[in-house]
Amino acid sequence: MASTKIAPEKTREDLLIEEQGFDDHFHDHHHGDKYQSNFIMKYVFSMDHKIIAKQFLITGMFWALIGAAMSIIFRLQLGFPEENFSWLKPLLGGWIIVDEAGIGSLDPQFYYALVTMHGTIIVFFVLTAGLSGTFSNLLIPLQVGARDMASPLLNMLSYWFFFMSGCVMFASLFLSTGPFSGGWTAYPPLSALPQASSGSAAGMTLWTVSLVLFVVSVLLGGINYITTVLNLRTKGMTMWRLPLTIWAFFVTAIIGLLSFPVLASAFFLMMCDRGLGTSFYLSEIFVGGQALDHVGGSPILYQHLFWFLGHPEVYIIILPAMGLVSEVLSVHSRKPIFGYKAMVYSILAIAFLSFIVWAHHMFMSGVNPFISNFFVLFTLIIAVPSAVKVFNWITTVYRGNLRFNSASLFALGFVSMFISGGLTGIFLGNSAIDIQLHDTYFVVAHFHIVMGIAAFFGMFAGIYHWYPKMYARFMNETLGKIHFWGTLIGAYAIFWPMHYLGLAGVPRRYYRFDTFDAFAHFGAMNKFITVAAIIVFALQVLFVVNFFYSIWKGKKVTTRNPWGASTLEWTTPIHAGHGNWPGKIPSVQRWAYDYGKDGKEFVSQVEPLAEGELTDGEGGHH
Amino acid sequence: MAHDTAVHEDVHGHGHEESTKELWSGGKQPFKISYGKLMMWYFLLSDAFTFAGFLIAYGALRFSSPSWPVPDFVFSTAPFGIHHAPLIFVTFMSFLLIISSVTMVRAVQEGARENQKGVVFWMFLTVVGGAGFLGCQAWEWTNLIYKECMSVTRNPFGTHTEKGVYLNADGSRSAAEDDLFKPGIGYLIHHAHVDDHGGDHGHHDEGHELTAEEKFLADANSIVSASIAGNKIDMANLPEAGVDFPGFRLNNEGFIERKFVTEAGETGAQTYGPKAFGALFFFITGFHGFHVLSGVVFLIIIMLNAGSGLYAARKNGYEMVEKIGLYWHFVDLVWVFVFLVFYLL
Repeated sequence: MASTKIAPEKTREDLLIEEQGFDDHFHDHHHGDKYQSNFIMKYVFSMDHKIIAKQFLITGMFWALIGAAMSIIFRLQLGFPEENFSWLKPLLGGWIIVDEAGIGSLDPQFYYALVTMHGTIIVFFVLTAGLSGTFSNLLIPLQVGARDMASPLLNMLSYWFFFMSGCVMFASLFLSTGPFSGGWTAYPPLSALPQASSGSAAGMTLWTVSLVLFVVSVLLGGINYITTVLNLRTKGMTMWRLPLTIWAFFVTAIIGLLSFPVLASAFFLMMCDRGLGTSFYLSEIFVGGQALDHVGGSPILYQHLFWFLGHPEVYIIILPAMGLVSEVLSVHSRKPIFGYKAMVYSILAIAFLSFIVWAHHMFMSGVNPFISNFFVLFTLIIAVPSAVKVFNWITTVYRGNLRFNSASLFALGFVSMFISGGLTGIFLGNSAIDIQLHDTYFVVAHFHIVMGIAAFFGMFAGIYHWYPKMYARFMNETLGKIHFWGTLIGAYAIFWPMHYLGLAGVPRRYYRFDTFDAFAHFGAMNKFITVAAIIVFALQVLFVVNFFYSIWKGKKVTTRNPWGASTLEWTTPIHAGHGNWPGKIPSVQRWAYDYGKDGKEFVSQVEPLAEGELTDGEGGHH
Repeated sequence: MAHDTAVHEDVHGHGHEESTKELWSGGKQPFKISYGKLMMWYFLLSDAFTFAGFLIAYGALRFSSPSWPVPDFVFSTAPFGIHHAPLIFVTFMSFLLIISSVTMVRAVQEGARENQKGVVFWMFLTVVGGAGFLGCQAWEWTNLIYKECMSVTRNPFGTHTEKGVYLNADGSRSAAEDDLFKPGIGYLIHHAHVDDHGGDHGHHDEGHELTAEEKFLADANSIVSASIAGNKIDMANLPEAGVDFPGFRLNNEGFIERKFVTEAGETGAQTYGPKAFGALFFFITGFHGFHVLSGVVFLIIIMLNAGSGLYAARKNGYEMVEKIGLYWHFVDLVWVFVFLVFYLL
């Protein structure tokens, strides 16, 4: 904890900011008062990026609990298909079917609704809005040295569109026909024909409306993040001095801006098919022996449009986590990030490649095998920038003065998960091997580890690390470590066995396996997975308790820079008000990673270069 | 309203720039434009991807279809009784939209000159251009929907794939020059005109000589009317397979599908064209029209604001005019692509 108190009121950073900072006369205008005059304006319809970040985070946590609880319910079904679930009737009502013997079982229709909602909620509401929404909002203005986002109004709207989107999705959970149940990818015809299944009716309508609102939210947020990073960097903050967090959020926003509109296009056409009787995605089709009027459409067209978003979406999820992890690992190993520029270039390479690999989700949809070759090639090339990042994290930690706290442990856990899940990606990216593995539990294991658990780990690392900045208190470390070790072991316990299931050909999205001779012997493994999932879920509840308990009762932060980090957010007051810095905004003198340099544990970005000192990682500290 | 952090830096940052030039990489605006314009550019970029999604869907469906309606044939009608004038009307409406881009440029220019009256005048002309385009589109849609019976689920515009000759309504081979066709010739299936709701069907201008097709339709309509009168068919309740007549087939929706003989000697009948055409046309031109409509609404709001002197008092002057200008040019640009795929290709 090197943030030495030079004076009780003013730190050295304060003096430096006063001396060389940039006076934008922000506080002459008294915006702060206008903004935060009452409770509603301060905490509900806030335009302060720090409050909006907390709104995204807490809403994301709400959805994470719902999404995870859904997975527990369908895991119970998979692990214990013979068990009596009538005790769930108070929660699920009619979705638990009780037979004459009094044995309650989960309605198969609802099982599909649960897996669909689990995917939709976790992918969009938690790991997109909850992760990138939270940390882009919190960190972009703080780390680039801006008073707020470029447009605080659009920023607020971004949250409220997300909120409305969530309300619509939440409402769909209570429909008598149930929420949408055709899988989170919403392939036609299940999604395009309201009569296809019970969830395809009103459930799908609300699902589409909800996600269109969500796209609006992402776009409003995205144009704000990009513009803020480009236009509102403070004096001296060149692009090559941006912390990797900002690079990650910046590129994530660009990916979102280019891919989400295409998802919106896909949904608009879908709405026409559902509501107006068009045939964009529907070809000759029979439902219940009845020939429908639809002719000439292409369900594959939807898959192309969907995965044009869908694949970049996994990088929208993982890149912010990578950015957070880079920062957390560097700060807590007390070493500069290894290969800063290589990290940036690999983010850019991943972003570029993410747009030309979408059809690897469609190897088994009947796409031309020669086209598949192209997508296999680019998919496997993504392993290169990904490996660059992994080696750089490992090298950053190597021989570092590592602090083992919840934040850094989760960051290390992220690297572990990313490696494990990334390796199975090499299997699946291969169109020949995909013939066997497609739509099996191998796929489930792969993406849960590489973009589910890994992204959650990045998010946890970020929450533990920046919690002092958000709430001026620490989260409880002991609970944090229990949370980490339990989740790390538990997550592997859940998903590792799924690789075996997948290799044996066990298909995903099935309601039960005990009735198949080929799969019945995996009953014990499914039980094991379910038990592990319940334990991991309990640990996440523990995390939520820790989070809320610490807001009011956590250990107070007494110094501005508790981790001894060199980035700008730690030069703001402990309780930073609107506008972030009380006086001038800091001017930046060096890159973000001067750790362990010239005998100093860390050097803040506002510290001027000494005579003859090199910066931006251009040597000088070897 | 949101306060503009960017603007403050703008205004107060000038003096500083000189002394700290070598370090000032942040703070300045990289594309020499304000954050508002930058955001508009990014919005337009994302919107371009939305349209790209639609146009790719168009391409995918069109090229998976064995035939496609011929634009020169489909879009050959204009108001004031103009027929057989390929693309004349759409050329006019495209011209209106393009000209409105020119007037928009003038409005932005007058904004830069801080000439309030000039801004309002040129924006007004832009609004007229945009509204005129929408009016034209409304007429075109009305014509397609009510006169030619096209809808999102029905496309009466087909295309011949073989060489042949039409039959007359009585089943004899037509001798008219116009009734010969070859591959790539478009046709329109007409609804039988037998109801007595008024309307102008069947009434032709005095002195106008009937074309071969009009003669056929008049004959076919009287045959159908006679069948109705003889209680042989009920228009409200046609059989699923339609009703067969010597020279045509009345399909189950009451459309007259004219029969023909191909060069190979096979008898065939006109059928509906690919369904996707109507759906794509109404959806994509509708989505574009919605953009034009919102553009016109924003143009009017900004024109009124400019007229009230709101922007004259602002530090960034007529930037709002520039921003709506960017949007307006984008909408024009998109029309160029929509025009290309629906009307030219």
